[in-house]
Amino acid sequence: MKESKLSAHDLNMWFGKKQVLKGIDIDFAERQVTSLVGPSGCGKSTLLRAFNRMHDLSSDARVEGTLKLDERDLYDRASSVTETRKRIGMVFQKPNPLPKSIYDNLAYALKLHKFPKEEIPVMIQSALEESFIWDEVKDELDKPAVKLSGGQQQRLCIARTVVLRPEVILMDEPCSALDPISTGKIEELIVKLKENYTIVIVTHNMQQAQRISDKVAFMYLGEVIEYGTTDAIFNNPKNELTQNYISGYFG
Amino acid sequence: MTTNLRRRERTDWLLNRIFKATGLLTIAVLGGIFFMLLYNSVAFFLDIDPVDFFTGSQWKPGGESAGYSILPLLASTGLVALGSMAIAVPLGILTAAFLSELAPSHLQAILKPVIEMLAAIPSVAIGFLGIVLVGPGIATLFGLQNGLNALNGSILLAVMALPTIVTISEDAINAVPDSYREASLALGADRWATLFRVTLPAALPGLIAAVMLGLGRALGETMTVLMATGNASAMPRGFLDSIRTITATIAIEMGEVPYRTTHYFALFAIAAVLFIITLVINILGETLANRLRKFHA
Amino acid sequence: MKKALTAAFNWTILAGSTAIVCLFLGIILFDIFSKGLPSVSWDFITKFPTDGMTQGGILPAVIGTLWLTLITTLFSVPFGVACAVYLNEYAPPNALTGIIRASIRNLAGIPSIIYGLFGLALFVQGMGLGTSVLAAGLTLGLLSLPYIITTTEEALKQIPNSMREAALALGATQFETIRDVVITRALPGILTGVILTLSRAAGETAPILFTGVAFYINRPTSSLNQEFMALPYHLYMLSTQHQSIMEVRPLAYGTAVVLIGLVFILNLIAFYIRYRHRVR
Repeated sequence: MKESKLSAHDLNMWFGKKQVLKGIDIDFAERQVTSLVGPSGCGKSTLLRAFNRMHDLSSDARVEGTLKLDERDLYDRASSVTETRKRIGMVFQKPNPLPKSIYDNLAYALKLHKFPKEEIPVMIQSALEESFIWDEVKDELDKPAVKLSGGQQQRLCIARTVVLRPEVILMDEPCSALDPISTGKIEELIVKLKENYTIVIVTHNMQQAQRISDKVAFMYLGEVIEYGTTDAIFNNPKNELTQNYISGYFG
Repeated sequence: MTTNLRRRERTDWLLNRIFKATGLLTIAVLGGIFFMLLYNSVAFFLDIDPVDFFTGSQWKPGGESAGYSILPLLASTGLVALGSMAIAVPLGILTAAFLSELAPSHLQAILKPVIEMLAAIPSVAIGFLGIVLVGPGIATLFGLQNGLNALNGSILLAVMALPTIVTISEDAINAVPDSYREASLALGADRWATLFRVTLPAALPGLIAAVMLGLGRALGETMTVLMATGNASAMPRGFLDSIRTITATIAIEMGEVPYRTTHYFALFAIAAVLFIITLVINILGETLANRLRKFHA
Repeated sequence: MKKALTAAFNWTILAGSTAIVCLFLGIILFDIFSKGLPSVSWDFITKFPTDGMTQGGILPAVIGTLWLTLITTLFSVPFGVACAVYLNEYAPPNALTGIIRASIRNLAGIPSIIYGLFGLALFVQGMGLGTSVLAAGLTLGLLSLPYIITTTEEALKQIPNSMREAALALGATQFETIRDVVITRALPGILTGVILTLSRAAGETAPILFTGVAFYINRPTSSLNQEFMALPYHLYMLSTQHQSIMEVRPLAYGTAVVLIGLVFILNLIAFYIRYRHRVR
């Protein structure tokens, strides 16, 4: 097991004149789940989206510093953003299935990336199985994805990410729009997925962070205040801010 | 990087440039129109003294005693457009007030398509009605030989400008925050005082924008005035005179004029004047409408 | 008592104004359809004019208008949609974008007769296309461009960003995202705007006056460099230019019915698409 799969070094980021990330240094270990926690506006989603370059489209966003996947500099001129996003998948806060059938939601990216045609059905089935949704949708793969329930849509979105066999999966509060039962299923799924993938997840839910993560980073006002094992952060926080946040004094 | 990926990213880069080029095309079209008008106008003013153009009294192109004064055409254009606004502005604003403040929603559901249908009728059909219906009516009413005059044009242009005025006025009235109305009602004003003293004044910038854009439409309209106003290029003295607008003059004469003569250039020169007038009016209207949008955002 | 009177008076002028506006539409439609419908028959639409255009049908004008609308579409839709895509999906908020937007707003306000002049100078003379259905179609295409851009951009704005992010996060390029997700989802809205714009272009007369429309042609338009007849010009000509104006008045009414009918059918189609795909 490699120690560092994904990393940020001296990362500073601005929206216009406002600095939103300040001197971030962080490494995410391979095949582990790392949670980013902190109060709203602390920059945790912004940090997450910096890794698959989702800020590229907003013209007032400016990123400085080094972001790496293995030894590859993600913001290097020679590095392809398309390839980066294929290797670093992302699941969003609100399920966002494409306006296509369940099957085509998964087939879409496979076709773009020119996976061999004959392998596509097999890859789709195994991704759906891996995402605990195959049994629910196997008879209606032609149905529009938007007809699924919210929890099913989110698992479909995870399957859609998994089908590309990414190395890292970024998850931006994937359960915040879901009911407790769907949330339970997705947490179970995340723990299972870490056998194969490096997962970084943003969450507001402290119990969730405690249940699913190996490591936790606490962020505040654009900085990483404390980063350690789940056990260390929740049972023995070193910083007073972390202490206050995890015990619910603010947030 | 695989070849597939390289090809996709190159396509993406290329399409980005193509999309941008189409954006630049719109600037080129506007610039082209501007240049065309400027170039031909300069050619015209090499032949004809601008002072004569702007102060003379006769539009009598070609021949020995040619006159190239825009004034009668400008007066015609202004007369028929202002006449149309005198009809369309009160009607349009009151209709917009009715639609947004009084009409129940099922009535709105009927009235909006009516306004849209009115906007959809081609100007040539409106002009046709000017010939077969409105003109004869005017002739009977005022005891004239025919009704092809400024009044006819004004009525028809009013019909054409109404949809613009109603729609934008309605947006302006709807954009007035309800808190204004509530404050007025809470102070004891009844709904009419609220409408006339609070809501409509608050919507004023938007209403002016509506009038400006309606006026722009009326000034630039060709077929209706060409068909319904009699096309006499003398200086008009009143609404019952036949008139000839700038647009109608271009429509009538451009088809027959020899290429690159003074007369030919003259038609571009009057088009340039029309272009500048409509541009200024539209920019004023847009600016007011934008300010309104920002104010209420 | 005085108050009740004022209220009744005020209500009357507001409702009265609205009634007058509706009456305008009513009068227009009643006059044209009551006098024009008797002239309209299958033969009227599918036969050539005869006897110096005092008898027969309006087939060449129908065909000319269809040709014209087709050329307008082929020119203005790709350019207009591409420009709207640029503005909504790519353009950074800078001075150049501001100039493009200002140009589009101003193009929309330019009188149609000036487009006619521009078409004459650019297509007929400058590019040597001569007076032809191609030159006239391109002229109407330029006229339609700002409307296509504006309505398409409105439709693109309705697509939530989460859709774009979904595709981008899967490694689709920006163009692939626009092609497969944004345009696909915005298609009904784009189509509505396109059809409404075309219905307006089909009824325009001033821009085609000097770019290729003809008083009369004795065979239907069959190639791009030919002159053509068009419904709106045919109506103009029958009602003002024909040597026996009163005799051809029924034909003029019939032409008006066909023209307004065509425009309304296009509007109904647009209305139906908008209704079917309204945002739920």
